[in-house]
Amino acid sequence: MRRYSVFAIAREAMRAHKGWDQQWTSPEPRSAYDVIIIGAGGHGLGAAYYLAKEHGITNIAVIEKGWLGGGNTGRNTTIIRSNYLYEESMDIYEHSLKLWEGLSQDLNYNTMYSPRGVMMLSHNIHDQQSFKRHINANRLYGIDNEWMTPEQAKAFVPVLDISKTARYPINGAALQRRGGTARHDAVAWGYARAAADRGVHIIQNCEVTDIRRGPAGEVQGVETSKGFIGAKKIGVSAAGHSSVVMEMAGVRVPLHSNPLQALVSEPLKPIFPCVVMSNTVHAYISQSDKGELVIGAGTDQYNSYSQTGGLQIITHTLDAICELFPIFRRVKMMRQWGGITDNTPDRSPIQGVTPVPGLFVNCGWGTGGFKATPGSANLFAHLIAKGEPHRLAAGLNLDRFRTGRLIDEAAAAAVAH
Amino acid sequence: MLLIHCPYCEEERSELEFRWAGEAHIARPENIAAISDEEFAEYFFLRNNEKGVTYERWRHIHGCGRFFNAARDTVSDKFLMTYKAGLPKQPIPAATKAEAIAEEKTVETWEQTEGDAR
Repeated sequence: MRRYSVFAIAREAMRAHKGWDQQWTSPEPRSAYDVIIIGAGGHGLGAAYYLAKEHGITNIAVIEKGWLGGGNTGRNTTIIRSNYLYEESMDIYEHSLKLWEGLSQDLNYNTMYSPRGVMMLSHNIHDQQSFKRHINANRLYGIDNEWMTPEQAKAFVPVLDISKTARYPINGAALQRRGGTARHDAVAWGYARAAADRGVHIIQNCEVTDIRRGPAGEVQGVETSKGFIGAKKIGVSAAGHSSVVMEMAGVRVPLHSNPLQALVSEPLKPIFPCVVMSNTVHAYISQSDKGELVIGAGTDQYNSYSQTGGLQIITHTLDAICELFPIFRRVKMMRQWGGITDNTPDRSPIQGVTPVPGLFVNCGWGTGGFKATPGSANLFAHLIAKGEPHRLAAGLNLDRFRTGRLIDEAAAAAVAH
Repeated sequence: MLLIHCPYCEEERSELEFRWAGEAHIARPENIAAISDEEFAEYFFLRNNEKGVTYERWRHIHGCGRFFNAARDTVSDKFLMTYKAGLPKQPIPAATKAEAIAEEKTVETWEQTEGDAR
């Protein structure tokens, strides 16, 4: 792999950019691998990369039904933060945030991580108490998060309406300055390029149709649209389709698949300096480097695999955006889309061993999996290599629904579900 | 937005009047104190999450207020039928099912978009 650098750009500029390599190859699958990962999104590709880099396992296939990064990795609103309430959550999201900080250098790929700050608006006394509890929990755990008055919030985001007569009055905000955004496609591409460079096979347009199991119940490999591929270890990282894939191995996981929508506006000049989230009125907004306002809406209430979602969901979000930022009232929306999120009963992810020997699962990231990409991938790689979870992900096991040791971010999460 | 037929009001009303209420036909174990943790987790947390036809409960919360059951295709979101609570799981007529599968092809899913792009 030829390294990307300022010198490489200068060199290619001299010869009409004819010397750039393909970023990754598309090999035909071998008959067997040491590890198969199902799902080439950020989490799956990242796990393959860290398996190769940190655990010396390079005989890996990442199998993807569509194209890499074409699922939720390419459909989210790219918000990155780690200001969760419970230690299990803070552990993994903060691990992830620390990896974000050095990811571009690590991958030699510009993931455009931008710590521009994530601000959460408080609209009532309940929000205020809940946010202050989060702030205190975070700071005690060594994670930055701070309280702002409405005036301080307005100074940070000048387009915010903090007037007392506003439809949704604001009585303060929580700000995590290290939070921000990254370029979602670049994360998938960067991991794919770095993993392929270490010998990982990325097999796109190959649908897994069954998981074959041996006499003792252990996994033997997967049946795919390109034939049988053997492996003693299989990691499932299939986001909204995790229940469908796990069902192939006879494992039921406590997931609901729901459409989650996002939309972008026409491009504007730089006007919005950070990410603003309002859980109470359900609006998430930031501005991309191209100038589009990137807006996240809510999930539909019912299970669905249609990547669309109801119009009333985005209308509700846009109503809120127009009230919070009156200046955006006449901005035109350009595109809208949906992705399928996999939600657990406690709204915390599942990463761990399964009752099937050799089968590992990484799912349930719900509406907030993008921010966790490097951390989740890193710890999933550890899980697959060692056969047992890393300390930082131990609490995310599948068994917690039997033991009752839930991580109840459903109530504590900063996002409304 | 979905249009949902309430079997009590016998009318099609907008989704805004309804609240989704999870998978249908899950019976609470009679001996809830005696069952094992595994059995409780299965009853309480594990759901089918089907891709295709699913049976689910809805509540006409801003209408008659009553719970009822529905069969819906989770790929197209098309309702195949709704029926009153308390009735056993209703079989789906073959013609309705064929229509639902045809409907799936009109929706933006991997099979329709990314599959075509090959």
